[in-house]
Amino acid sequence: MELLDIIKPENQVFCKTKLMTDTPLSYCPGCGHGTAHNITMEVIDEMGIQEDTIGVAPVGCSVLAYDFMNIDMTQAAHGRAPAVATAIARTWPKKYVFTYQGDGDLAAIGTAETIHACNRGENIVIIFINNGIYGMTGGQMAPTTLEGMKSSTSPFGRDIKTMGSPLKMTELVAQLPGTYFVTRQAVHTHKHVRKAKKAIRQAFENLKLNKGISFVEIVSNCNSGWKMTPNDANEWMVDNMFPYYPLGDIKVNGKLK
Amino acid sequence: MAKVKGAIVVDTEVCKGCEVCIPVCNDNVILMSKEVNRKGYHYAYMENPEACTGCTNCAIVCPDRAISVYRVKVST
Amino acid sequence: MSELKLMKGNEALAEAAIRAGVDAYFGYPITPQTELIEYLMNEQTEKRTGMVCLQAESEIAAINMVYGAASTGKKVFTSSSSPGISLKQEGISYLAGAELPAVIVNVVRGGPGLGTIQPSQADYFQSVKGGGHGDYKLYVLAPSSVQEMSDFVEDAFDIAFKYRAPVLILSDGLIGQMMEKVKLKPQKKRRTDEEVIKECGSWATTGKTKNRERNIITSLDLQSEKMEARVHRLMKKYEQMEKEDLRFEKIQCDDAEYLIVAYGSSARISQKAVEMARAKGIKVGLLRPITLFPFPKKQLFKLADQVKGMLSVELNAGQMVEDVRLSVEFKVPVEHFGRTGGIIHTPEEILEALEQKIINNGTIRHHKTRESSIL
Repeated sequence: MELLDIIKPENQVFCKTKLMTDTPLSYCPGCGHGTAHNITMEVIDEMGIQEDTIGVAPVGCSVLAYDFMNIDMTQAAHGRAPAVATAIARTWPKKYVFTYQGDGDLAAIGTAETIHACNRGENIVIIFINNGIYGMTGGQMAPTTLEGMKSSTSPFGRDIKTMGSPLKMTELVAQLPGTYFVTRQAVHTHKHVRKAKKAIRQAFENLKLNKGISFVEIVSNCNSGWKMTPNDANEWMVDNMFPYYPLGDIKVNGKLK
Repeated sequence: MAKVKGAIVVDTEVCKGCEVCIPVCNDNVILMSKEVNRKGYHYAYMENPEACTGCTNCAIVCPDRAISVYRVKVST
Repeated sequence: MSELKLMKGNEALAEAAIRAGVDAYFGYPITPQTELIEYLMNEQTEKRTGMVCLQAESEIAAINMVYGAASTGKKVFTSSSSPGISLKQEGISYLAGAELPAVIVNVVRGGPGLGTIQPSQADYFQSVKGGGHGDYKLYVLAPSSVQEMSDFVEDAFDIAFKYRAPVLILSDGLIGQMMEKVKLKPQKKRRTDEEVIKECGSWATTGKTKNRERNIITSLDLQSEKMEARVHRLMKKYEQMEKEDLRFEKIQCDDAEYLIVAYGSSARISQKAVEMARAKGIKVGLLRPITLFPFPKKQLFKLADQVKGMLSVELNAGQMVEDVRLSVEFKVPVEHFGRTGGIIHTPEEILEALEQKIINNGTIRHHKTRESSIL
């Protein structure tokens, strides 16, 4: 069986969604952002809602998300995406509105916007990439940086006494009645990617019910920030991030698990 | 039972040589090329094309969606 | 048919917004403008016209909500007072940079810091010199009556959408909280989503349809050439504003030997001072800038050939006086008078200041007239 007999259009079982542009991703090799972008757009593609989806990009590594996501998007000031999305969802109730944010954006400067959007139960999806570091600015400590984890602003490791504990934002928002679906996923293996995509699909489907926010955290690697190769970073993530940020659904259909 | 044959096509210019696809391939199909692409990245290629079943594991974990997957049923 | 009502400035503005077919308001309580959001909530705007009305968790969240709705082409505004407007500055810079139409209302109170809740005009610099970062300006309307608080809402939105730019209505605690007769315009139908898409679909994020590329709202340009082009595009707008949308009022200036320059509540009080001066035989005129940007530079430059001196009357420690001096290019003395801390100056105080600082001070500087460099 010659390769050329296999590689035929009719035999194709997987390729990039057309809801991702052809602009090369600006992310570092092996970064979870790329995977998260793609499964989000694959969900929107499969639901056939490109015309009714409006995305809100943050400030951080994914500030340029609108260069890659082939939908209407607006770029929010650092931390303010949930507020921006709130207004879009309120003035366009039939649209599918989502924010895509990093840990600095969502859990540091944007804490109030995150908590209050969740508390109001806005009809939006929040996709939250947690890689425990500020990537865009070169690897500083983030609210989710683990204890003892080195960064350019915690060069001797995060010291709980002076820098506080890593923030479990997802568990926090799960306590708010306004959140309907809260889950934590990952995208470093094919199994995890499939689950994460299913969760994102669930989140977007929930928008039809208008019963509150769907909050999907994706724990991801940051190869340049953690100063590791992608596969080493993924292993380190499993050994260190997952114990503190356990994967799985935290709240489904408005009920805590 | 019908055997399945697969193959992947890697967009060698999009691939950033991150190697995340390698550990998820149960059949050790993929390795990194000796050559580098325009950006200086080694890129993924099928070292053992015969072993590929077209399961798409590598493609869906690839952050840059550099891999397209093909699969065809083969009557033994 | 239009209606005549007795209303507070803040409430007249809120009612005018509903009648102007505004789509959304995002606010936060702060004296002296809280009546605005209270009025809107009491009117149940969602029921009346479908207008969204939401109290945000902070002024920062509110201005970013404005940014969100504005990015989709909806007519949206917010209001606050001085400290809250300081919190909104980054968002306002984003609105300018991303070229989004929106209206911001500042009902100024005494500052700096927490300051006081009484009226002030000490946010002039923040308003016209750019309170946020970067090369941008705000089109600033300064109402001096409850009627103008009402009328300027629709004017502000017209400018905002004409230029795709944020517009500031700079009021103060006095105008915001005093009651006056106001003639309200009839209810204008709010645009349907289809009408919004038709009007703004070329740039707004209303959902990427098959027949067009995706729309992106951003103020980010990492390539300097593109960023410079963006800045030049903004500057062109401001030049056009200066050419086409400058607004001011001249009161008894034709025979004036001295000129008072004042806006908003100070203009009201200065009119009384002009009357009192003329009763004493002193020919004083008043130039009231209605837009603070664009500023009536040419008009002041011309008047400087006619009058012997000017007094800039503002409820602050001296801010607009600098722009008056720049406009007249020091051809005549320009001095400032203004109470601060929330105290409202009286006509008598203004007249006294005019006499002391301009008329009697004897140090009239003579300059030969020449073509102005800044016009």
